[in-house]
Amino acid sequence: MEVLVATAVGVLTAGGIYLVLRQHTFPVILGLALLSYAVNVFLFATGRLAFNLPPIYSDGAVSYTDPLPQALVLTAIVISFGMTAVVVMIALSAYLSAKDDRIDMTPDAGDGA
Amino acid sequence: MNHWIILPIVLPAVLAPFIIMVLRHHLDLQRIFSIAGTLALVAVTLGLMGSALGGDIQVYELGDWPAPFGIVLVLDRLSAMMIVLTALLGLAVLLHAIGSGWDKRGWHFHALFQFQLMGIMGAFLTGDAFNLFVFFEVLLIASYGLMIHGGGAVRLQAGVQYVGYNLLGSTMFLFALGILYNVTGTLNMADLAVRVADFPAQDTALLRIGAILLLLVFAIKAAVLPLHFWLPASYANAPAPVAALFAIMTKVGAYAILRMYTLVFGPDVAASAGLVTPWLMPAAVLTLAVGMIGILGSRQLARMVAFAAIGSMGTLLIAISMFTPEATTAALYYIIHSTFATALLFLIVDLVTERRGDQLKVNMPMPQSGLIACLFFAGAIAMAGMPPLSGFVGKLLVMNASWDSPLVLLIWATILVTSFIAIVGLARAGSILFWKPFDATLTLEAPEPSKPAILSFVACFALLAMLIALTVFAGPVLDYVGATSEQLFATQDYIDAVLNRDIP
Repeated sequence: MEVLVATAVGVLTAGGIYLVLRQHTFPVILGLALLSYAVNVFLFATGRLAFNLPPIYSDGAVSYTDPLPQALVLTAIVISFGMTAVVVMIALSAYLSAKDDRIDMTPDAGDGA
Repeated sequence: MNHWIILPIVLPAVLAPFIIMVLRHHLDLQRIFSIAGTLALVAVTLGLMGSALGGDIQVYELGDWPAPFGIVLVLDRLSAMMIVLTALLGLAVLLHAIGSGWDKRGWHFHALFQFQLMGIMGAFLTGDAFNLFVFFEVLLIASYGLMIHGGGAVRLQAGVQYVGYNLLGSTMFLFALGILYNVTGTLNMADLAVRVADFPAQDTALLRIGAILLLLVFAIKAAVLPLHFWLPASYANAPAPVAALFAIMTKVGAYAILRMYTLVFGPDVAASAGLVTPWLMPAAVLTLAVGMIGILGSRQLARMVAFAAIGSMGTLLIAISMFTPEATTAALYYIIHSTFATALLFLIVDLVTERRGDQLKVNMPMPQSGLIACLFFAGAIAMAGMPPLSGFVGKLLVMNASWDSPLVLLIWATILVTSFIAIVGLARAGSILFWKPFDATLTLEAPEPSKPAILSFVACFALLAMLIALTVFAGPVLDYVGATSEQLFATQDYIDAVLNRDIP
């Protein structure tokens, strides 16, 4: 289980970093999304992986899993979801007004070349 | 519990939705409420500073949950100083934005502005590392909106870069927090400090990785070389009043470094010893050099000031990265100076750009050229660190504090040489803008000069007055920042106050 989660985080991060280094905004946004998935899984795993354990008090529970990372992950998911929406909108309007979705700014950016 | 502590966060947080939902179509009312809100913020933060003056560390427990379990806001001398600085800067920038009409070139300027203030205030007040992340996100998401305010293809492209880069930074922040939580089991800063201090010396590898990742995140915010390259394009293409407000955002990064690396990963903590200064100090020296050389190399006015901002962050971080009480005193004085000086220059850039375009080349003379030239002269003196303004005092303090550093020769040489380069660069810009005889065949490229915006000049002169006051009252200010840095290094008091321990 640990190996599976660790590999997933690693592959997501590697893919995310590769995509972030691309030249066009669309792959970069996908890369940022992948990175945020990676960090969400990572945060979830920081509370140690446990099976079938309740996070909050319940009758007859022998042990508990750490509830705090789950709360952190919820916050992080909401924030990264909102941020991705914002960056999509900004990138879209940049693309529509500049007719170009390259991520770098050439000196003649904006003249529609 | 002093409930006033949460007001600097709640007030803009309530005002911003009110402006969006109720005053959507009434620009005049938006302006009135925005100014009133910011004025109230100035009053509240000054009151809070008054209550922090005595040296008590006041803790506000949200929902009355005791410290390691709930989120706390902490008001000490440092956070009080930073929120006062934010409120004063916010007021000046707001006046300029209204005076120059920037707030009507797009939607929701005032609401975003209030959200931005909320995020910055929260970042300065919080005593919880994850809460710091949340407030970083609040201030960032508001800054994304402000950065692309007014639109335009180039500004939007710069906005995409800015957002993408900061999203990467946020992801790294989360990784760092995840690691820290994993190894220590807490995210409350005071609790973190306790646990890191007791950390067994043989398993510090992960902790050190977390500390370095966190430093990288704050270094991105503070625009430290080699992580500075988002700043020139973003600041130069943002609306000038917004860029002036962003002068405090780089300081948020500097504040976070100062807070985390004195309290949690302090210079005396074994687990992270030798981790920060050896890396941060050379980076800060390079930042200063690149920033000031950038002043000389820029062909656009706003870009030049953006590089000046990087240079002043370099000076600030040289002082911070020494982590001695004396150097921290210098750093705190320089934070105040650098915020006002950078903001003043950005506002002047706006005055000039509105009248004659952004390019640094000879052009037709502009209206109110003399007045703006005076302002630019004063702003350039402050930024370059020449007497008689506060930049000189600040640089002198930094250099004086670096006597005991092993890199003292390098620091002195860099500060002195880069000051000279900055003087040359700013003088070149000033003489091109205001002095050079213009070619009569040229036509004015800038848009029709509008009527002189009195509020804009009021804002500029207010910032200049702050700089002058900082120089004239350097004694009392130094007493305050000296007491602040003393408090900052007495970490046990902070820990006892937050974790509610009885002080023996």
